[in-house]
Order: sequence, then structure tokens, then C-alpha cells
Amino acid sequence: MIAGSARDIVEESGVPRFVFTDFPLGNPTGKPYDVEMQQAIVSTCLETLERAWEPRTTIQTPFVWDDDSNDSWRAEFMLVDESNRGALAQAGDDRRNAQKAAKAKGKGRE
Amino acid sequence: MKDRRTHRSYVSYIDKSREYYGAQGYPQAYQWSYNCDVPFTVATKPMSECRVGLVTTSFFDRSFDRHAVAGSTDKEPYAAQCDDALGGLYNKDLFWAKDTTHTEDLDSYLPINRLRELESKGVIGSLSNRFYGVPTDYSHRRTQKKDAPQILKWMIEDEVDVALLVPL
Repeated sequence: MIAGSARDIVEESGVPRFVFTDFPLGNPTGKPYDVEMQQAIVSTCLETLERAWEPRTTIQTPFVWDDDSNDSWRAEFMLVDESNRGALAQAGDDRRNAQKAAKAKGKGRE
Repeated sequence: MKDRRTHRSYVSYIDKSREYYGAQGYPQAYQWSYNCDVPFTVATKPMSECRVGLVTTSFFDRSFDRHAVAGSTDKEPYAAQCDDALGGLYNKDLFWAKDTTHTEDLDSYLPINRLRELESKGVIGSLSNRFYGVPTDYSHRRTQKKDAPQILKWMIEDEVDVALLVPL
């Protein structure tokens, strides 16, 4: 079974059991240092392991990242809009140039 | 919190990453895994009698370039003692929300301590002494044909009953 926060990727791939927590990527088994929440998520995983009866079972835990809404962290993540389109295109060019330079020095990807 | 929305609430990483890398001038979108048939086995014994094995996408090696493209390193799957992970693992080269959160607490992405507590309470039979690491590779073939069978082999060696995969 999978514990994770990238719901679309996991469900598209198709897994027997999935415990989904609607968090930014990085802490699929609970907020850092929140022992109670981590215990709850891990316990949900074990219950799902025991009780699921068919594949593609998804259980969503009740936790939210922010107290009053669970949206603030989503908006900025991998944002693409008119405010940064130019900067993104430039970043892509810079990266390709850096990779080309690294390859020329023999340090590129295989 | 709004109770009506024009879009789904949870983030579609498939959509977002395609648009994000497209805007950076990468014309070819990543081909995500899609399977019609999904394997499934009903639990045959209670969790209190099961040995649990943990699988992570984090690694020990801190020499990986944090700016590297995911899947571009030559990582190999590994099995290691849970005790050796208690100081934390390395995952800065992986794709996660680095501006919003952090991975300084191991149990937020590899719940070894939480599972040991559940073991001491008798909720699970045991946590396997070893946990297992798998590279996030661009090659589906490598993940399916090489890495997954290797992890399964280690789990069988360790008499693991159920696998908990925790990708970052």
C-alpha cells in the first residue's frame, strides 16, 4: 500500500491501497514533529491494509495543512502565469545551457 | 473555506508539471505510468501478526546534486537497517514542496518510530529490521523489471508480510 500526497499520479498509476493526505509534497505520513498526526496516518494505513476488499481503494485522511483553509500552499506551487512566463522560459534556457556545458566537460547525464 | 469550486481541490501534479516544464521550453511532456489492471491481495491475517516493511524514495548518500533532475543519477535500490536511518535520510534532490515544508523529521516521510510504537503496543507483529530504498527513475521498465523485483526479494528474505510504500 502507498501513503502519499500526489493523488493524481498514484491513482493514474493504479495501486491496491492508497492513503491520501492532502498536503504539499514532502510529508506523506504527517506534519514534521506532529506525533499524534503521524500515528493517526500510519494507523489508517494499517487499517486500510487489513480492511480493503478491492484494488484502487483510496482513503483520504482528515488533515489539512493550514488551519482555516487548505489552499494557500497550492497556489504558488509550480505556478505558471503571465507574471513569470518570461522568467520560466529564461530559466529553461539557462538550465539547458548549463547542461550543455557540463556535457562538454564530460559531467553530463549518461 | 469555500464550499463551491470550479476546479478540483487537490493538486494535479500531472497537469502542473506538464505546464511548468512546458513553460520552461521542454516540449516533450513526461509520460506518467497508467495501468488498467491493478494487482490486489486480500489480507489473510490480522496486522497484529504481520511484519511490516517500509519502502522509501530517500537515500543515504548526501553527495547527490540537489539541482539534479529527478532520475538522472545512477542510484540503485538498497536495503538498510532501520536503526541507521534514525538520523535522517537525504532527499533534497527529489521533487517536493521545498518552499513550504521540510524533511527534518524522519517520521514525516519514513515512520520508523511510529511503527515501532505500534509494534510495542501489539498493533503490528513487527517492523522489519531493514527498510528498502528505491530510486525514482525515468525508466518505467527499470522500475518494474529491475528495482521492484529486487525490493521484493529483500522483503521475502526478511519475511515481510505487508509493504508500506512512502514516496516523497
